[in-house]
Amino acid sequence: MDGGMMATTQALVRFVGVQKTYDGEHLVVKSLDLDIRKGEFLTLLGPSGSGKTTTLMMLAGFEVPTHGEIFLGDRSIKNTPPHKRDIGMVFQNYALFPHLTIEENVAFPLTVRGVSKAEVKERVTAALQMIKLENVASRHPGQLSGGQQQRVALARALVFKPALVLMDEPLGALDKRLREHMQLEIKRLHETMGITVVYVTHDQGEALTMSDRIAVFNDGIVQQIDSPDALYERPVNSFVANFIGESNVLAGTVENIEQGFCRVALAAGGSVVATAVNVGGVGARTSLSVRPERVSLLTSDDGDVGFNRLPATLKDLIYVGDHTLAVLAAPGNNEFMVKLPAGAYSGLSEGQAVTIAFRPEDCRALDPV
Amino acid sequence: MTAAIVVGAEMPLKRRLRRAERARQLRALGLVLPLFLFLLFTFVIPIAGMIWRSVDDWEVPQVLPHTVAALSDWNGQDLPSETAFAALAGDLQAARAAGTVAVAAKRLNYVVNGSRTVLTSTARNLKTAPEPGTAKATLIGLNPAWGERATWAAIKSASGPVTAYYLLGAVDLTRDVNGAIVATPEDQAIYRDVFARTFTIGFGVTALCLLLGFPVAYLLANLPTAQSNMLMIFVLLPFWTSLLVRTCAWIVILQGEGIVNGSLQWLGVIDEPLRLIYNRFGVYMAMTHVLLPFMILPLYSVMRSISPAYMRAAASLGAPPATAFLRIYLPQTIPGIGAGCLLVFILAIGYYITPALVGGAGDQMISAFIAFYTTETVNWGLASALGAVLLLSTLVLALVYGKLALGRQTTGGLKN
Repeated sequence: MDGGMMATTQALVRFVGVQKTYDGEHLVVKSLDLDIRKGEFLTLLGPSGSGKTTTLMMLAGFEVPTHGEIFLGDRSIKNTPPHKRDIGMVFQNYALFPHLTIEENVAFPLTVRGVSKAEVKERVTAALQMIKLENVASRHPGQLSGGQQQRVALARALVFKPALVLMDEPLGALDKRLREHMQLEIKRLHETMGITVVYVTHDQGEALTMSDRIAVFNDGIVQQIDSPDALYERPVNSFVANFIGESNVLAGTVENIEQGFCRVALAAGGSVVATAVNVGGVGARTSLSVRPERVSLLTSDDGDVGFNRLPATLKDLIYVGDHTLAVLAAPGNNEFMVKLPAGAYSGLSEGQAVTIAFRPEDCRALDPV
Repeated sequence: MTAAIVVGAEMPLKRRLRRAERARQLRALGLVLPLFLFLLFTFVIPIAGMIWRSVDDWEVPQVLPHTVAALSDWNGQDLPSETAFAALAGDLQAARAAGTVAVAAKRLNYVVNGSRTVLTSTARNLKTAPEPGTAKATLIGLNPAWGERATWAAIKSASGPVTAYYLLGAVDLTRDVNGAIVATPEDQAIYRDVFARTFTIGFGVTALCLLLGFPVAYLLANLPTAQSNMLMIFVLLPFWTSLLVRTCAWIVILQGEGIVNGSLQWLGVIDEPLRLIYNRFGVYMAMTHVLLPFMILPLYSVMRSISPAYMRAAASLGAPPATAFLRIYLPQTIPGIGAGCLLVFILAIGYYITPALVGGAGDQMISAFIAFYTTETVNWGLASALGAVLLLSTLVLALVYGKLALGRQTTGGLKN
């Protein structure tokens, strides 16, 4: 976790020991130390109830931390009301003002700041051009499609050039195709405008596509904060491994640990060598995580030396288009998934005995589940 | 060829659609028919009857039919001809025999004060039909009023079949001897004042309800459900109590020896009891209390639909709470404000019992006068005319509201 190691001068926002409880008994955010770097696209990812939205609301000023401090730049904003924070926000259901036109909606943050009429006109026009919606300026939000409303909400949150823009699951209400299009559009705006974005989602695909860094939340705690590829390739615990992407889990006991690798005896028989990420001592139980696309299927006993090999029975082949998913019964895991590249499954049939092979580098021993 | 196919294929389809639609429409009609009939008999027909009574002028044509016919070509400048006098004498004798003189006398008395006596005494004293050619002299001999143009003008003006007399009277206008519309003499002109008073009280009560109801509705819409339900019960409680009981409760509270005066005197704030009831203050107090739920409920239903996200969005965009309220929240509550105000105002201007019980003589509203004319003097014409004017002003108000509401919708929907 390199968030804590960041030089504080680079951090735009710092959460220091923040806790939040609504009922006085249960902590929604248990202990949050988080730095948000200037200019980055940070995603708060996690299942519902993990504390990610509460974190965003505390940053926006709609919730007050029960404990701890939040710094924007050098000053604590714990007691600053939302309207004085200068933080733009895009809401889940857009929250466009229904009684105002698109133009008036986008102009709102400027007019409340007392910007001159001519400048408002100019900046609103520019903002609407940016989202390619100049032609609907005089319409009302109800007359726009979901995607158009989303773009207007973006323009409204960006037009007053805030230091920070927060987005609370902004694409949740859009269909898949539009959502993918908007992901790219938001990414483009982030890059061209050089703004800092904090984005909340529970969709891991969205997080991986858009983010510079992702903070994975679970149970009120940041489990891991890292770049998308690091998060995917090197999860630090089994929650992250299972939440981001697909993962096969095997349970076993550590036999020995040597130079970052460990030999694990599987509960169902056989043993494998794995990267020791988060294990106790020898004899401790651990769970192993292997990505489906990092496993090969062997029909004979050939292949590279140094690979872990386990016997398995092919249960099912699922055609997914760009790849084929093989479901196998492996020792200790009856639903072991392997992703086969398109066209690589000829000659396989259900019920066939095969060998699954994977490198120790691709098999990570994480905390016991 | 193609065209024939298209037409051939289209016709049965259209017919089928119509048939399917017809069944649906008939079912819909069947569902609304009971209410439609109910409204027809309990609302449309009575209202139409009321409006008809405000212009209906049946008394004189029925009692003095020949006189009315004889006066039809009278120019109104001089006294009418001998024929008219003879017709009147005949009509009066017939009316006396039938016992209907009083009906016409009462109607004519509205126009010229004292006509009642003229008509009844003439009818009583006219023992035999006057000799041909002497009717004029005989009648003038019996009562000199028959020699005055005004008496005859009154009969002509009341000779139906319809008259604007009551409607004019309801707005303090009348016709003079020459038929020109003039203001009613000052000592008889009261209805403009009464209407003005009615609308003033209506506006006052509406404003008070809005002022008191808006914060309550806001609280109701924004509190957690459990607390909001509790508060809602308090709002609805007056609804479940009889109007008369509530009004009487105000009398108990506000009267000279009542709770308020008693407490204030005990505290030494005042020495003499304040006059809190049987005046305008009492009317405003009691009516606002009674009508408050009608303001709160429409406001609440509109506020309920305003997502709290709007206020959050406004705050995140830099608007201080007051600005966010004025520019974002308040405009979205306007449909509720409009509906609530319209409802309270229309109910208020028709109020009768409450002002009658807690108001003074100078606080009676138009309904009190309508009740007076229907139950005390049985002047259905004037009662109906006052009712018609009240109905008309209500309709105008509803139309203005509809226009404003529709205008908002139009700019909301089709501005571009």
